Amino acid sequence: MGYYFKTGHMSVGYQGNALIEDIEIELNKGEILTLIGPNGAGKSTILKSIAKQLKLISGVIYLDGKDLAKMSGKEFSRKMAVVFTERLRSELMTCEEAAATGRYPYTGRFGVLKGADLEAVREAMELVHVSDIKDRDFSKISDGQRQRVMLARAICQEPEIIILDEPTSFLDVKHKLEFLSTLQELCFQKGLTVVMSLHELELAQKVSDKILSVNGRFVERFGTPEEIFTTGYIKSLFGIETGSFDEENISMELQAVTSEPEVFVIAGGGCGRNIYRRLQRQRIAFMTGILYENDLDYPVARALAANVITAQKFEPVSDILLKEAKEKIDGCEKVISCKSIFGSLEKANEELLIYARENKKSVEVI
Amino acid sequence: MLKNRKYRYIAVFIFLAILAIIFLALNICIGSVNITLPDILETMAGDKSNETAARILFDIRLPRITAVIILGGALALSGYLLQTFFHNPIAGPFVLGISSGAKMVVALALVFLAKRSVNITSAGMISAAFTGAVLSMGFVLIMSRRVGGMSMLVVCGVMIGYICSAITELVVTFAEDADIVNLHNWSQGSFSGMTWDNVKVMSVVVLIVSAIAFSFSKQLDAYRQGEAYARNMGINISFLRICLVILSSVLSACIVAFAGPVSFVGIAIPHLIKKMLGTARPLLMIPACFLGGSVFCLFSDLLARTMFSPAELSISTVTAIFGAPVVLWIMSEHKREKAV
Repeated sequence: MGYYFKTGHMSVGYQGNALIEDIEIELNKGEILTLIGPNGAGKSTILKSIAKQLKLISGVIYLDGKDLAKMSGKEFSRKMAVVFTERLRSELMTCEEAAATGRYPYTGRFGVLKGADLEAVREAMELVHVSDIKDRDFSKISDGQRQRVMLARAICQEPEIIILDEPTSFLDVKHKLEFLSTLQELCFQKGLTVVMSLHELELAQKVSDKILSVNGRFVERFGTPEEIFTTGYIKSLFGIETGSFDEENISMELQAVTSEPEVFVIAGGGCGRNIYRRLQRQRIAFMTGILYENDLDYPVARALAANVITAQKFEPVSDILLKEAKEKIDGCEKVISCKSIFGSLEKANEELLIYARENKKSVEVI
Repeated sequence: MLKNRKYRYIAVFIFLAILAIIFLALNICIGSVNITLPDILETMAGDKSNETAARILFDIRLPRITAVIILGGALALSGYLLQTFFHNPIAGPFVLGISSGAKMVVALALVFLAKRSVNITSAGMISAAFTGAVLSMGFVLIMSRRVGGMSMLVVCGVMIGYICSAITELVVTFAEDADIVNLHNWSQGSFSGMTWDNVKVMSVVVLIVSAIAFSFSKQLDAYRQGEAYARNMGINISFLRICLVILSSVLSACIVAFAGPVSFVGIAIPHLIKKMLGTARPLLMIPACFLGGSVFCLFSDLLARTMFSPAELSISTVTAIFGAPVVLWIMSEHKREKAV
């Protein structure tokens, strides 16, 4: 019937002062919610409030229909696990012992681990591939390893929901992918619900069922990745002023060169991107064309080129466009072409190269 | 791996128990009058032939030894609880000025009551010491919110200690008559002059508090991982913190009331025990620290009594010689770990 995780008019902040007000989140069981937003926007504050580390300023959180504030400590500890940026104090603990601290809610009066507990720890460590370091000192492993042991700890707590604050920040690309795949797998197999913050937007877009964007004062958007990553939104959320962000492909480019263009680049099919970036590094302004709107080179050209001669997709290049491109070449001293052999559907670009040679432009073919 | 650890834990406990028995025997036998083991067994068996030996044994040495065992354990345990509370390996009742605070209030009470020629009871002493301990603890807590870092907290504690000691000195200076000698001895720290009545009171207090502390070992295990993670385990942090403050204050108060301030046991023993066990789990640390504290104090008291016999050293003189280097060791180790 209802959502598994739900907040009602939740306001969060410190010492009674609301930082972010009126947060409404609705999540089904097994969904992944990612919080995105600039540094200091309040992502951690929201996560800490959900995890009962901070008192809510107002509003309620429902977990499986129950008010989180009224839940007993024991019940809470069996439902929710956390992985914070804060270090686990682990005096003289091996990785296995550190992971085993997650079994706390299931042990008896004196916290002695039984066979079943050790089995759960072993399984969890296997799942995140840290079994090989289980006897190492937890304080003497790398940040990436530590993060995975912390995930193992959270997993063997057997929670229904897990809260993670920037869990992938210290991981290399292999382990980022592994970490998020493990989370996905848990969501799918065990119906685990995940609430986390990520700085990697490209990962957030791919792994999240829902995204919440926070800007420091209020929640700007809450919805599916498609609803969040609309053209121009990321630029405004983060207040990007130098460089550009392409929401459709989740890729970013550095600041384009703004001076008068002196080079024309003949490109298409993905061979022009590296030339654009090289020119940007050399601080040379350029124009480029003729590109179809759906060409691989097009997003980068839009971000970096002073002018892009654009052809409508799935239509032949018009003579007017060809004429315009030739005029642009007239205004440039140099022409770079990323190819010398053209396909039968890019005759226009071949014509541009011939035109440049005829007009004694300095031509470089790469 | 885990099996091996179990053997290690058992070995540590056996080792400590053996040491305890050895020092116990030495403490019983050695003194200004040496008593041999056969003598003791005979006396214990009810042989009345050696009246002096029996008197020395039952009225002087045994109560003193029992007190050393109880208070030594309490010292190490209160140090361990404070270290857990502050997440600081060099916290302890002495360095944080808690002992000095207790000492100050006890001295004030003694002098004040001596003027009215009222005799103070054991329970009265403990209450006075507890008041002082809580006062200093309050100061330390306020300061700990304002200053961060392990060394700054200790500096604050030492300052509080100085203030309290200065006031105590002042009181002692203006105190009258024979009480001064007594007061002076006591304020240096000593296990001498214990009666069975004292021992009864301290045993009840210390054993109850230790049992409560032990029953908290699961919560402490979560607490030592840091507050965020402890809270996630459903622990009521503020309640646990209050309990820790009270338990460690009562223990410190009990020690000060009977033996005066004793330095460094509270820091050195938990650290050594931790190294021996290879773990910091409260479930093992609490009983092991207690036992370790007893052993160390038996050893120190033996030296204090016998090194320059018949003159007696203050107990802190001995504990400081062996304990202070451990503190230096902890600090250098801490720096190194930070550098890694």
